[in-house]
Amino acid sequence: MIKLENINKTYFGAQPLHVLKGINLDVTEGELVSIMGASGSGKSTLLNILGILDNYDEGDYYLAGKLVKNLSENQAAEFRNKLIGFIFQSFNLIPFKTALENVALPLFYQGVNRKKRNTMAMEYLERFGLKDWAEHYPNELSGGQKQRVSIARALVTSPKIILADEPTGALDSKTSAEVMQILREVNATGITMVIVTHERGIANLTRKIVHLKDGIIESIEENDPDKMDFTKEIK
Amino acid sequence: MFDIDNINEIWQTIARNKTRSLLTAFGVFWGIFILVILLACGNGFDNGLRSQIEGFATNSTFLITTPTTEAYKGYQKGRNWDVNMSDIEAIEKKIKGVDKVSPIFSQWTYNGENNVFYGTKGGNFSLKGVIPNYNEIDRCKVLYGRFINETDIVEARKVCVLGKKAYEDIIGTDKNPLGLMIKANGIYYHVVGVIEAYNNKVSISGSINETIILPLTTMQIAYNTGDKFDFFMFTTARGYNTKDLQTEVKNLLRERHDISPTDEGAFVCFDFEEMFTMFEYLFLGIKILIWIVGIGTLLSGVVGVSNIMLVTIKERTREIGVRRALGAKPSIIIRQVMAESLLLTILAGIVGLVLGVAIMAVVSGFVGNTPSDDVMFLDPQIGFGAAIAASIIVMLSGLLAGVLPAIRAIQIKAIDAIREE
Ligand SMILES: Nc1ncnc2c1ncn2[C@@H]1O[C@H](COP(=O)(O)OP(=O)(O)O)[C@@H](O)[C@H]1O
Ligand SMILES: [Mg+2]
Repeated sequence: MIKLENINKTYFGAQPLHVLKGINLDVTEGELVSIMGASGSGKSTLLNILGILDNYDEGDYYLAGKLVKNLSENQAAEFRNKLIGFIFQSFNLIPFKTALENVALPLFYQGVNRKKRNTMAMEYLERFGLKDWAEHYPNELSGGQKQRVSIARALVTSPKIILADEPTGALDSKTSAEVMQILREVNATGITMVIVTHERGIANLTRKIVHLKDGIIESIEENDPDKMDFTKEIK
Repeated sequence: MFDIDNINEIWQTIARNKTRSLLTAFGVFWGIFILVILLACGNGFDNGLRSQIEGFATNSTFLITTPTTEAYKGYQKGRNWDVNMSDIEAIEKKIKGVDKVSPIFSQWTYNGENNVFYGTKGGNFSLKGVIPNYNEIDRCKVLYGRFINETDIVEARKVCVLGKKAYEDIIGTDKNPLGLMIKANGIYYHVVGVIEAYNNKVSISGSINETIILPLTTMQIAYNTGDKFDFFMFTTARGYNTKDLQTEVKNLLRERHDISPTDEGAFVCFDFEEMFTMFEYLFLGIKILIWIVGIGTLLSGVVGVSNIMLVTIKERTREIGVRRALGAKPSIIIRQVMAESLLLTILAGIVGLVLGVAIMAVVSGFVGNTPSDDVMFLDPQIGFGAAIAASIIVMLSGLLAGVLPAIRAIQIKAIDAIREE
């Protein structure tokens, strides 16, 4: 599903910062992968490249068999809209839209008609137990609810892959566990998932842990999350 | 562009910050409002002035003889001379491009004493001898009967046409004037018609309303002046140049009356066309000025909209970035920003247009739309064409106002919004 070959990325700021120094990574369909590393190690940079939100300087990135390089804005938008679902640490819900409208928004950009959009969005909200909150605005929701809305939004277009950048970073441990449970259930339906985290407890719930350090992959660790006890604190 | 979904999207962003949207829209509203008011006032003055010259042929020249100023062919300078009927015939025959010629014999009122009577009731009015052509140059409304006709001239009939005021003063509106006999300067005439001037500002030798019109020939006999008269007017036929015609007419008269070809002082020539053309230019100038001022005001409104939208876009960086991440193409973002600016501008513009038109309709109601002697301000409203033009300008300004914000908006990349600070 994802194939990275020798990805390099340098930020040209006041002084150039070589953040990714040759990343090689394969993620097969249906995998649940976490990327771990210290703050500033380049996790978000890598995830943004995976999400075609940012470009890279060197190497090749194949997404669902297609080379993602020098895409036009329109192509990138289409890829993101059709293939990828995003989950962010700070949710990035649009504050003046209701939960339902937020979830329906990606469908709007697909040209799905209003009625169908709302029905589909409602289905996903229901799936995550938010039916009664559909008409509420983000500032009326708790952190866990907001993240569930954004998961619904990421899933509503039936993407091939979900990219989550510190999805539990803003949540308490109990809510984090709930959110991770949801993400694992989503993964279980066959959707590939890449989760960026700096918390070991979160990484432990994934099948493959990619350790990032100083811009290179230090090691890739196989993991069996089923050995973990969900009732225990994960942080 | 404006399906229900888009309208919803746009409306959400506009309604989110009502005060600011209102302030933004006010500039455009004000621009259009001022434009409408100015245009309407301009039209008011235009209509007012036009009503003052209504009925008068604007392509006419007035020519009166004055003593010669050069000695010529044995004649001293300072010689008095007059035009006569054969001059008129010669002009009509020889000079192409002269449309209508109207000789006029004018008898001014006697120092305030009553000179015109019906029975014992009298008034002080001037007399004017004309031919039917007169009514082609200084057009009048015929209230009763008819104007002077060709038979009146040929037979030198003792008939007259009364100006409206003369009729009212000496006969009275309760009586049918036709067939009645009036006495003017001691001679009796049959009344064959009553006329009223379309305007009271432009006229030849006194208001037509206070004049007794006689057949020219009748008057020439009555005053024993042969075939002479005081002055004449002529109009220019379509496609001819009035100035050229004036030169031709003068040259012909000089030739016929042994006047030096270089003697310009032997005539006083008044060019109505020149005067009216000047007025036209004046109005054109005023109109252009109004549009410049109006559009200038509107443009400052546009700059305001653009400016505030730029700020809005900056504040919405995160939101727009999220939209981009979720798959909004640049074209969608452009469309949304443009539509937002367009909707805001059009709403404001319509309010400005409607309010402006409504206010001027009320003003118009007060001022009235029928000409009167001393009102120079008439029916101050904008025409349908101007309203359409204003609407189109509003739309263009909406698009114009949206350009910069739209460019700014598509420069926002998804990554800019997603980055966690
Ligand atoms: N747009 C940018 N311009 C310059 N430097 C950046 C930019 N984004 C991130 N960085 C730097 O690159 C490094 C990696 O950042 P990031 O990928 O966000 O790390 P992580 O997500 O692992 O904390 C950091 O040192 C960060 O300061
Ligand atoms: Mg990060």
